[in-house]
Amino acid sequence: MKALRRTLDKMKPQFQKGGKFEKLHSTFDAFETFLFVPDITTSRGSHIRDANDMKRTMVIVVIALIPALLFGIWNVGFQHFISIGETATFWDNVLFGLGKVLPIIVVSYVVGLGIEFAFAQIRHHEVNEGFLVSGMLIPLVLPPDTPLWMVALSTAFAVVIGKEVFGGTGMNILNPALTARAFLFFAYPASMSGDKVWIAEKADAFSGATPLAEAAASVSSGKAIEFSHSISDMFFGFIPGSIGETSTLAILIGAAILIITGVGSLRIMLSVVVGGLFMGGLLNIFAINPYMAMPAYIHLIAGGFAFGTVYMATDPVTASQTNKGKLIFGFLVGIMAVLIRVLNPAYPEGMMLAILLMNVFAPLIDHYVVQANIKRRLKRIPKPVKA
Amino acid sequence: MPKTIKLTRGLDIRLKGEAGKTLKEVSPRLYAIKPTDFIGVFPRLQVKEGDHVKAGSPVFIDKYRENIIYTSPVSGTITEIKRGDKRLLLEIKIEADGRDEFVDFGAASPAALSNEEIIGKLLDSGLWTMIKQRPYGVVANPDVKPKAVHISAFDTAPLAPDYDFIIQGKSKDFQTGIDVLAKITENKVHLNVSKTTSAAEFLQCKNVTINTFSGPHPAGNPGIQIHHLDPINKGDIVWVVGVQEVVAIGRLFNQGRYNPEITVALAGSEVIAPAYYKTHRCASVFEILKGNVNEGNNRYISGNVLTGTRIRPDNYLNFYDSMITVIPEGDQYEFLGWAMPGFNKFSISRSFFSWLNPGRKYVLDSNKHGGERAYVMTGLYEKVLPMDIYPLQLIKSILFEDIDLMENLGIYEVEPEDFALCEFVDVSKSEIQTIIRTGLELMRKEMS
Repeated sequence: MKALRRTLDKMKPQFQKGGKFEKLHSTFDAFETFLFVPDITTSRGSHIRDANDMKRTMVIVVIALIPALLFGIWNVGFQHFISIGETATFWDNVLFGLGKVLPIIVVSYVVGLGIEFAFAQIRHHEVNEGFLVSGMLIPLVLPPDTPLWMVALSTAFAVVIGKEVFGGTGMNILNPALTARAFLFFAYPASMSGDKVWIAEKADAFSGATPLAEAAASVSSGKAIEFSHSISDMFFGFIPGSIGETSTLAILIGAAILIITGVGSLRIMLSVVVGGLFMGGLLNIFAINPYMAMPAYIHLIAGGFAFGTVYMATDPVTASQTNKGKLIFGFLVGIMAVLIRVLNPAYPEGMMLAILLMNVFAPLIDHYVVQANIKRRLKRIPKPVKA
Repeated sequence: MPKTIKLTRGLDIRLKGEAGKTLKEVSPRLYAIKPTDFIGVFPRLQVKEGDHVKAGSPVFIDKYRENIIYTSPVSGTITEIKRGDKRLLLEIKIEADGRDEFVDFGAASPAALSNEEIIGKLLDSGLWTMIKQRPYGVVANPDVKPKAVHISAFDTAPLAPDYDFIIQGKSKDFQTGIDVLAKITENKVHLNVSKTTSAAEFLQCKNVTINTFSGPHPAGNPGIQIHHLDPINKGDIVWVVGVQEVVAIGRLFNQGRYNPEITVALAGSEVIAPAYYKTHRCASVFEILKGNVNEGNNRYISGNVLTGTRIRPDNYLNFYDSMITVIPEGDQYEFLGWAMPGFNKFSISRSFFSWLNPGRKYVLDSNKHGGERAYVMTGLYEKVLPMDIYPLQLIKSILFEDIDLMENLGIYEVEPEDFALCEFVDVSKSEIQTIIRTGLELMRKEMS
């Protein structure tokens, strides 16, 4: 490693002020700090620092996404071969899935990181690590057949309009990955909704409806919900859907990683689940159609609820930032997600919209939590005694 | 039995190199008074190079508060007046002559003196500067009576000295010091002790309210204790005095002189035999460190690793510090350090596998472990700040200099040291203590 270090040290002056490649300073810095944790020491304040940094934190989230990613790759193949009626081995499924998923991931990272590097360069900032996570989240919330140009376009939109115009990482209001998905959802609805898109290269004859679509269909038909998948299929993820969202089990493994390491907020995750169950239960009580009467727990394992709860709602930048605010934020996300799913026939999946909506309200929630703190402080001051 | 205030949030950083309970003695020859130890002072020198001073002779005064006098801890000669950029006064160096001459302020029982006489004695001897005032952490204003005086009898910072050990044999001076403070503040002295203490010197003190605390660092910070006992509101003034400063004040009244003796802990992973040393306030640390530190690139700190000041091994103790820490410098690169399992890395999070080994003690160096980034993570500072204060919001209000918001969010209640752990755990690697100090200075200027 010493040779590598020496090479970097030799190259470094050229990228610093006055050097030949001064304009590429941020890029060099990003690669150098990727290879080596820098030798910067503390100068003021605390002389020692926690070993944890932004890179480590973001990498933990990426690691937590791996179970959902691996399962997603396999499931893309699995669903495809079921739809065309062929029997396939485990490796057939994986190979097919890789062929579909890998290009999407590559496009998402290349486009997103390219823009991030460019902005860092223009602003003379370091490249922030936030996109390591967003770049993996975007593919996992897209249908497997999404054309690559759409991936590129939505990623560019999410990074530029969703993040950089607000000042970059840490300043954005909306979750970038969901911004990408919402952009596609509204710009190209045909590729993002309906029964056709959730299975890669689906045979036309095969239904391919997701459990949520089947549940929503019961509202107009008035008949009882006919799921073509069992509850355990939904939990383990043997259902059509976006690449990474189907397996509640894989997502739970990711959740465990996030909670044990302390990177993801348990508060938010729990309160989203409680909110979803609460709203589901409330709808059960006032049920006037089969969807409203559907057991509330099915909401948790169908569609993107689990994925959104664990990886999207917990985004520290766009969620509420106070601990109390997080509880309120999560609870409302759960309520809104189920509410949109069941009561708005235009949007069979409510999770994305619920989180984006609450992203917008998160600063307001924080405002009231902080105001309560301020009021407590003011109340402490003894009132002047009247003469 | 008073009830214990249990704090649950916080973090004990387990470092190697705790000072052993042995007391060694050194007799330092060089001293330096550093005006930079005192926040907000505009020093006006009362001496010039070559002057002879006694223990208790004025060295400089505060230009804007001329009754506050900073005095020499020792008898000797002013050898150098060291200035920095813009003629900023950095150090007034004194070489001891070994004759131990002192200004006699007259021994007297505080009970026999009036408040004015007591305050006058403290101001003249320079020991008034040992009383710090909250908010802002400046030397107290002698014209304003505080709401309370708080003395924290324990320090929870990493490797911090054990005051139960330091106080041994100083019970009489400590009690006199408390009597002095109690007299001038009309019995508003709080002695905040650890639940685990058994030191009779503290527990049997008279003229004080004893409050008991338990919990991880920063439970020993007076700021945290005040917040839980009787928080500082807008307009409130609270005094904070350290244990050894109370002893020094006691000695002034028992012996009639400025006696600069203090006990400091020498600790840290790079110290060969960590121990306690009897030395003098403002003294050179050279004699203490000599032959007792591992070879290599070390960082020397006056104070603890979280809040102390970086010094060179031939520098001087800061006025208020009771410990010296030596840790390795961390100015080396680490290949793919962020990706390693990290069995030997200390973190509050469990993102390194070191959490599997909870009892382990660590050698931590001065490496920042990453570059500075935007504020992304939330909820982390709250884990180490046991106060009803929103740390991230307060930090941001300081960054955009919103005076009203800072006030509303509780800036009067905090000192940078209370946020030291926030700075330690911060994954964005920002300099939170500096930010808090900036905010306090902004407030101080705004309010004066």
